[in-house]
Amino acid sequence: MNEVTQSPQGELALAPQGRLAGLFPRKLGISVVREYGIVASFIAVFLILAFSSNVFLTKTNVLNMLDQTAPTGIMAVGGTLVFIAGGFDLSIGAVFAISGVLAAKAAPSLGPSLSLALGALVGLGFGVLNGLLVTIGRINAFIATLSTQLVIRGLAVAITSGYLIVVTNPGFSHFGQGRALGVTYGPWVWLIFALCAGVMLSRTSLGRFIYASGGNQEAARLSGVRVPLVRAITFAISGFSASLAGVLIASRVSTGQADAGTGIEFTVIAGIVIGGVSIFGGEGAIWRSVLGVLLLTMIGNGFNLLGINPIYSQVFQGGIILLAVAVDSWSRRST
Amino acid sequence: MSARPRRIELDEIAKRFGGVQAVRGVTLGFDEASIVGLVGENGAGKSTLGKMLAGVVHPDSGRILIKGEEVRFRSPRDALRQGIAVITQELSIIPKRSAVENVFLGAEQPSLGFVSKSALAKRYAALAELTGFAIEPDTLAGELRIAEQIRIEIMRALARDARVIVMDEVTASLTFDESERLFEIVRALRERGTTVIYISHFLDEVLALVDDVHVMRDGALVKSSTASAETPQSLVNAMVGRSFDMTLPPKQLPPADAPVVFAARNITRRGIVNDVSVSVRAGEIVGIAGLIGSGRSEFVRAVFGADKRDAGIIELLGKPVKVKSPGDAVRAGIAMVPESRKDDGLMMRRSIVENVTLPHIGSFTRAGFLDKRDEGTKVAEITERLDLRASSVRAPVGALSGGNQQKVLFAKWLLRAPKVLIADEPTRGVDVAAKLQIYELIADLAQQGLGVLLISSELEEVIGLSHRVLVMRDGRIVAEFAGDQLDRQHVMQAAFGAQVEPAPELVA
Repeated sequence: MNEVTQSPQGELALAPQGRLAGLFPRKLGISVVREYGIVASFIAVFLILAFSSNVFLTKTNVLNMLDQTAPTGIMAVGGTLVFIAGGFDLSIGAVFAISGVLAAKAAPSLGPSLSLALGALVGLGFGVLNGLLVTIGRINAFIATLSTQLVIRGLAVAITSGYLIVVTNPGFSHFGQGRALGVTYGPWVWLIFALCAGVMLSRTSLGRFIYASGGNQEAARLSGVRVPLVRAITFAISGFSASLAGVLIASRVSTGQADAGTGIEFTVIAGIVIGGVSIFGGEGAIWRSVLGVLLLTMIGNGFNLLGINPIYSQVFQGGIILLAVAVDSWSRRST
Repeated sequence: MSARPRRIELDEIAKRFGGVQAVRGVTLGFDEASIVGLVGENGAGKSTLGKMLAGVVHPDSGRILIKGEEVRFRSPRDALRQGIAVITQELSIIPKRSAVENVFLGAEQPSLGFVSKSALAKRYAALAELTGFAIEPDTLAGELRIAEQIRIEIMRALARDARVIVMDEVTASLTFDESERLFEIVRALRERGTTVIYISHFLDEVLALVDDVHVMRDGALVKSSTASAETPQSLVNAMVGRSFDMTLPPKQLPPADAPVVFAARNITRRGIVNDVSVSVRAGEIVGIAGLIGSGRSEFVRAVFGADKRDAGIIELLGKPVKVKSPGDAVRAGIAMVPESRKDDGLMMRRSIVENVTLPHIGSFTRAGFLDKRDEGTKVAEITERLDLRASSVRAPVGALSGGNQQKVLFAKWLLRAPKVLIADEPTRGVDVAAKLQIYELIADLAQQGLGVLLISSELEEVIGLSHRVLVMRDGRIVAEFAGDQLDRQHVMQAAFGAQVEPAPELVA
């Protein structure tokens, strides 16, 4: 079972796949890039920066990068699940904002812990809403979440009337500024969240259902998987991850801000895609999005450290995203 | 056959799809100003031949010659440029655009990049006069009846000055009158010098319409004749002839007292499946034959809960069970190997293990977590039993051959012994060796007391394996054959609805 059997029958079975057989070496090549491109790129950029800048590996810079990346990373974990299940979530930036706003707004009456918890749960609610729109409402995920993104952002502006909501209670900022073992809570939350999601994805039946829903919706349905429910769950988790990131930032700056995280969804999606999670669904892993967002941060950081005009950082990142998506598409051409 | 000049010729043309040789070295010429019929059973290669002519499918070998010169079509566009158009049962109409826009789609002849509406209107009027079609130019194509949509396609072909038109099962959804009117149009096209290649299952219709008729079987041309010399019976005989020898496993009848394991009663899906009932005893293989579009797959999908039923009940071992979704069916012990493994069966980029255990994942969960070792062991066992060859059970299914992919599908449904197995086209696109293994597997499963419902377009398969065969046509069961009555002749006649006397000299 562990080696290719080359009996006459085996050959007969393979022979008709002439087209596939011809493509095989090439396909293998591209799928290796697709599979491990992120790991190689990550190591390469890491080494380049480590050798060319003596600031890069300092404790302050590393901790700073992790702290800075945590919100994006947390959201990318949720987003990865949505992608694998065959969905798409554009609303996370707005959810990020409204959670912070609501937490800040509620802080004077509910106190810091409760208000932060409330903020984090709000995203779960919006995630469920997205899930319902996409599954029961059968609205294209891209358009559904583009619309809810506008609605949610609009609500956030309405709640704040366009002003910043500053929280004076010092306890409110503990979540965003506190540290454990010298590292701010943000990266810890990210780590724990990523581990939980990773285990769920690879070790539970829900994880299998998520892959199946994105891998072949009809096959999943005919195998008894409730695809709409599974997709809705991924949207709920994605919403929750966005609000978790949102309250983290609101707490760090002790402020609720309706325009917080504008455009952050694109960075998140970029990180997921660069990590090698397929936009076609059915493929990917949490560690991929973790490496993906970290790679983006390192590139941004590198341009800073090496004193290169940051405008080129964007150009560079855009190029990488294109390349990542192209490799994914090319690797699929033959199947 | 005649002295008319050859317009288009096929020379030793062949095409293979995966493990199946769809067309094997066909040499055939078509004359100017003629109507040529192409008949054969499902999968005989007629449509593939038509598609190669139209540039939709590329031949593996052989040549296409137009007026003696070799041509190569890389796309339907190339074929159109050479004056060859194809009209198939799945019409390529853009529903939300007008009749005019559909007719001149891709042939707008813009001047300076702009399409002149009045010029199009003029050309449309000219075409309407030529054909005698009176379709309002501004009607949305989607609002037209199918017969009118076919006329749009004919006008489209003429707008591009097509000299060869392939019509593939276009009358399948037409009424008698509509078909008659279409034939008048086809005859008028012949008068204008057009070559019409007419592919159809309706043999009477073909014989009444065409000049010459060609019969295909298993991808090869087995008979060419003038229509006046043929009868529906003679065509069926030509289609039937046993083509390749296959040793099928011997039929073991289930014991006389075997209980009915599975019954579907009065299954109805409005307009598609009409009051169909089937019962299967333990150890019995019941076949469902019928032409494509006769409602076979639709029936079993409705049974499995994959599509909604308008009426009908399912019984297992005499007790009614609720099967409203595939999940219900799986829990009840009904398994279905679906028609298309790529669309409905497998996750091509996931591993064998993940594909196989998906319907049964609950039984591999311990305290919420998957027992991957147990999963791997069980899957390795079943793949071994099915002689499924793969580098590893963790290999992606997409990298396997068609036969092995089909075995993954069987493994998936046999991992936890079902009571009933529905197998819809179980050997589609697999090579001969794997085919035989699947036959043996199905026979073996029945031996063990499983009830099997077998749907197949291949008569050899459905007749050779089944104890009983039900024939469907137009969403109904029109005949049932068993024992001595079960032969290709009877099944074909019932499937085609051919009203002919059985030929006594023919023993299939």
